[in-house]
Amino acid sequence: MSDKTMTAEEVVSRLESGMTLGIGGWGSRRKPMALVRALLRSEIRDLTLVSYGGPDVGMLAAAGRVRRLVTAFVTLDSIPLEPHYRAARESGAFELTEIDEAMFMWGLHAAANRLPFLPVRAGIGSDVMRVNPGLRTVTSPYDDGETFVAVPALRMDAALVHLGRADRQGNGQCLGPDPYFDDLFCEAADTAYLSCERIVDTAELTKEAPPQTLLIKRHTVTGVVEAPGGAHFTSCAPDYGRDEDFQRQYATTPWADFAGRFLDGDEQRYQSAVRAWSEERS
Amino acid sequence: MTVTRAEYCVIACAEAWRGAGEILASPMGLIPSIGARLARHTFAPDLLLTDGEAMLVGPDGTVEGWLPYRQHLALVTGGRRHVMMGASQIDRYGNQNISCIGDWSKPRRQLLGVRGAPVNTLNNPTSYWVPRHSRRVFVEKVDMVCGVGYDRAAGARHHRVPRVVTDLGVLDFATPDHAMRLASLHPGVTVEQVREATGFELAVPDEVPYTREPTPQELELIREVLDPVGARLREVGA
Repeated sequence: MSDKTMTAEEVVSRLESGMTLGIGGWGSRRKPMALVRALLRSEIRDLTLVSYGGPDVGMLAAAGRVRRLVTAFVTLDSIPLEPHYRAARESGAFELTEIDEAMFMWGLHAAANRLPFLPVRAGIGSDVMRVNPGLRTVTSPYDDGETFVAVPALRMDAALVHLGRADRQGNGQCLGPDPYFDDLFCEAADTAYLSCERIVDTAELTKEAPPQTLLIKRHTVTGVVEAPGGAHFTSCAPDYGRDEDFQRQYATTPWADFAGRFLDGDEQRYQSAVRAWSEERS
Repeated sequence: MTVTRAEYCVIACAEAWRGAGEILASPMGLIPSIGARLARHTFAPDLLLTDGEAMLVGPDGTVEGWLPYRQHLALVTGGRRHVMMGASQIDRYGNQNISCIGDWSKPRRQLLGVRGAPVNTLNNPTSYWVPRHSRRVFVEKVDMVCGVGYDRAAGARHHRVPRVVTDLGVLDFATPDHAMRLASLHPGVTVEQVREATGFELAVPDEVPYTREPTPQELELIREVLDPVGARLREVGA
């Protein structure tokens, strides 16, 4: 079995400008931020992002890396509106494909199941239809005759997700309460990169945790990155909660200042800059 | 002790789930959350509630089930849920906007996004909570239809908008053409105040009742158990 471990830099070296990238997690929860930070250090741009958006979207949009965003929302959860996303959107910095949360989920299912679309009872009557003129409807071939939105498959070039544990072959374990849609992202993408808090031996995975925690199967994973604190400042339960103080700092600091202080160097520099910042305050 | 406006709002929200049976109550915002938990504690004991994340919990926080987002979204389409969402804008037929203000292609103010409003409104009862009833929220036409109103739902089989609760009163759509109607006033509020704060013509019956009084037991629950620190007063002042 192949050892798929690599660095965040190696992941990014396999990505290209113009790609469609899926990002796992939800809002400001379990986002693969170490991979996003590596992406910010690269020259990659013109991305189409597919994300239940949080600071991943905020940062990439603020840095001018996004050509199009596919989403149902962007939020920091405890701070409802993502300020850097808002600023980028209000200045018309990128195109938006705005769809409903359930349409998004069924779009991932369609892609994972190699279907062109799935029928969904959502969208009709709303302005999701107006702002997505390419969306088609489909009528039930059975007696009910109901009309549904035919949500197109959300197929992606690559997916980035972050979990608690993984083995070197790409089996990923979710120890937190919600898997979000991370396994679907991996199945819906041509390649998938999984960062984790800790890489462990395969046998270790089920030593103290039930098998249902084994969320992601290795055949859907291209590369595994060990990235402790890799979801910071979003939450990664049960390893750590959201760093609310730092998130507030992110949300209230002009992007250039934030990036200058915290995103100027590699992941180690980031982590030590965060530590220094938090010591300054205490 | 006199009942505060925030407490009438809690009661008006709780009433949304009366008789709902064994379904998921999904309150968004603080006062709807207190309302849902009050209903669960008293007249709607079969309600299911989440901890705001992936757990279904009892009134004392005991975990009784698991509802990660993908199951939650599937539960929506099964219909066994009554959600109370916020609304940055809402019109007379109950079309709701939480996406953006201004032209969608380059909005003046980007808000949350459509979230689950399109799927909610076509699949399970969807009520709304507006902590500040004003002409900025109650508009002739919303800028981006997220939650679908009665005129645009065109009789969709599972569409229902039971009520809109605000800091001034309760509105519903119990009119022949499902245009918004003033259903009750919170004590201390006048019809004129509601009209003044609404940017379209509201149906107002000849006799508008007041929102019901909380029972002593309900008041005690709100004040001692559900919101002992009085956070509700930050959402709706006196």
